[in-house]
Amino acid sequence: MSENALVLRNLETYYGKIHALKGVSLEVPRGKIVTLLGSNGAGKSTTLKTISGLIQASSGTIEFYGKNISREKAHNIVSMGLIHVPEGRRIFKDLTVKENLELGGFTLKDEALRRKGIEHVFEVFPRLKDRQRQSGGTLSGGEQQMLAIGRAMMTEPKLLLLDEPSMGLAPLIVQDIMRIIKQLNDEGTTILLVEQNAKIALKLADYGYVLETGELVMEGDSAKLREDERIIKAYLGE
Amino acid sequence: MTVFYIVIQQIVNGLILGSFYSLIALGYSMVYGIIKLLNFAHGDIYMVGAFVGYGALGIFGSVLGVGWLGIAVALLISMFLVGLLGMLVHRLAYQPLINKQAPRMSLLITAVGVSFTLFNGVMVLTNGEYKTFSTSLGYEGISLGLVNITYTQIIMVVATAILMLALYWFINRTMYGKAMRAIALDQDACRLMGINVTKTISLTFFVGSALAAAAGVMAGVYYGSIQFYMGFVIGLKAFTAAVIGGIGSIPGAMIGGLVLGLLETAGTQLPFIGSAWKDVFSFGILILLLVFKPTGIFGKSEIERM
Ligand SMILES: Nc1ncnc2c1ncn2[C@@H]1O[C@H](COP(=O)(O)OP(=O)(O)OP(=O)(O)O)[C@@H](O)[C@H]1O
Ligand SMILES: [Mg+2]
Repeated sequence: MSENALVLRNLETYYGKIHALKGVSLEVPRGKIVTLLGSNGAGKSTTLKTISGLIQASSGTIEFYGKNISREKAHNIVSMGLIHVPEGRRIFKDLTVKENLELGGFTLKDEALRRKGIEHVFEVFPRLKDRQRQSGGTLSGGEQQMLAIGRAMMTEPKLLLLDEPSMGLAPLIVQDIMRIIKQLNDEGTTILLVEQNAKIALKLADYGYVLETGELVMEGDSAKLREDERIIKAYLGE
Repeated sequence: MTVFYIVIQQIVNGLILGSFYSLIALGYSMVYGIIKLLNFAHGDIYMVGAFVGYGALGIFGSVLGVGWLGIAVALLISMFLVGLLGMLVHRLAYQPLINKQAPRMSLLITAVGVSFTLFNGVMVLTNGEYKTFSTSLGYEGISLGLVNITYTQIIMVVATAILMLALYWFINRTMYGKAMRAIALDQDACRLMGINVTKTISLTFFVGSALAAAAGVMAGVYYGSIQFYMGFVIGLKAFTAAVIGGIGSIPGAMIGGLVLGLLETAGTQLPFIGSAWKDVFSFGILILLLVFKPTGIFGKSEIERM
């Protein structure tokens, strides 16, 4: 029996009258990579925003290592070790690369830990080290994604939520990013990966869920999903 | 030669006036940067600062004297208490509206309401009287030819410079300072960094209000008397200074205040303008600036409807 890092039960989320999540239940076992697939507007980002506390679910529960966090404030959830890298990276464009990383370590207790974190990020992403005094807005899309992931690595998260890290990047850069995600997972970080690019996500993940207009319509081991007719037709092209 | 001395003398005067504008403009700009609110109560916070300083000097002056030591203590006490008042105003008046995601206009009108509350509150408490800020500071100073610079003037400019350097250090070197700048850019991203956004906004109000209070106490000491409506025009001037520098920008507020102080003082020396027209002159500059460079010296071009 492996312990679950995250369990969602019957999560319902509204934007005003728009019913964005209609009872989503899923599990992310500790140490694994789970992917959440779905087309535009399916509710993938909404799921992540609900988990990290940016928006409140109207009902349902979110258990993080057994603790119900569905009523917690976003900043407290971060302190517990659940880090969300949002869609579109959301780099602080007028702040330097280094300042962005420091803010990623905002919840760390002291400057020494923050310095250590930054060194670790620079080992993984040497390109960020060269650009540490540049403002975040001057980075390329790929570098911004590296910075967004680097920011999340500052606190050694117990669960990482990644929202479309491949979005808008050239295939070579996507490969780089995916390699880093794999490496983070090998080092012990549990990951919930949201992707539209099902091909790369299923290559990386152990298990997958498919979301359609706010409801889960399919789930299974990645290997199985890769062969599934419906998945191939809807998400893998051809 | 006389013209030269007049110019130097006016530059000194302009810097003093500009220091007050800068200190107030900073609070305006910081709050605007972080929650996009033109905090019209900010001038009244400055006024309350002057009165708290007056009260503190009354209490501690008997022990510490009414020289620089007593004034410094009164200044710090006023900064602290008025900083707390700023936080209270944020928590009671603005944050509930922010939580409800109320339209920006509601926040603005609330700010006007806060302004009236402070203004009328102090009017009632002081019976609308002038209070004389009696200190033991004299008019000694340095004379360079026809130019006289008093020690009071020098100390005020230095004190302002120290406060600004401290602010600069806080904003650029501490985690909460960095968080403030980040919140001005992207609040949700800040939440995802584990930053308590409400608390950080509250802290911004503390810092901005404390700086305004410092200006209030210094103005009281410098001009010698204070009254409940002293915050009104200077609040608008500080707003002008913030716009000149580029509202939302901290270096902009610092520079904008000094530029406005200097321009205004220079304006009073021009033939046909004179000191009676100085407010017209300042707001004329504001209007010209809004027409030709609405984003100010350091501002970003971001189109904003108010
Ligand atoms: N802030 C919002 N206000 C109102 N409706 C929203 C908001 N954000 C998302 N929605 C709606 O909720 C639904 C789910 O959106 P969500 O962003 O979660 O989709 P997604 O699966 O992440 O899509 P994409 O792949 O395009 O990022 C959509 O119908 C969307 O229009
Ligand atoms: Mg999305």
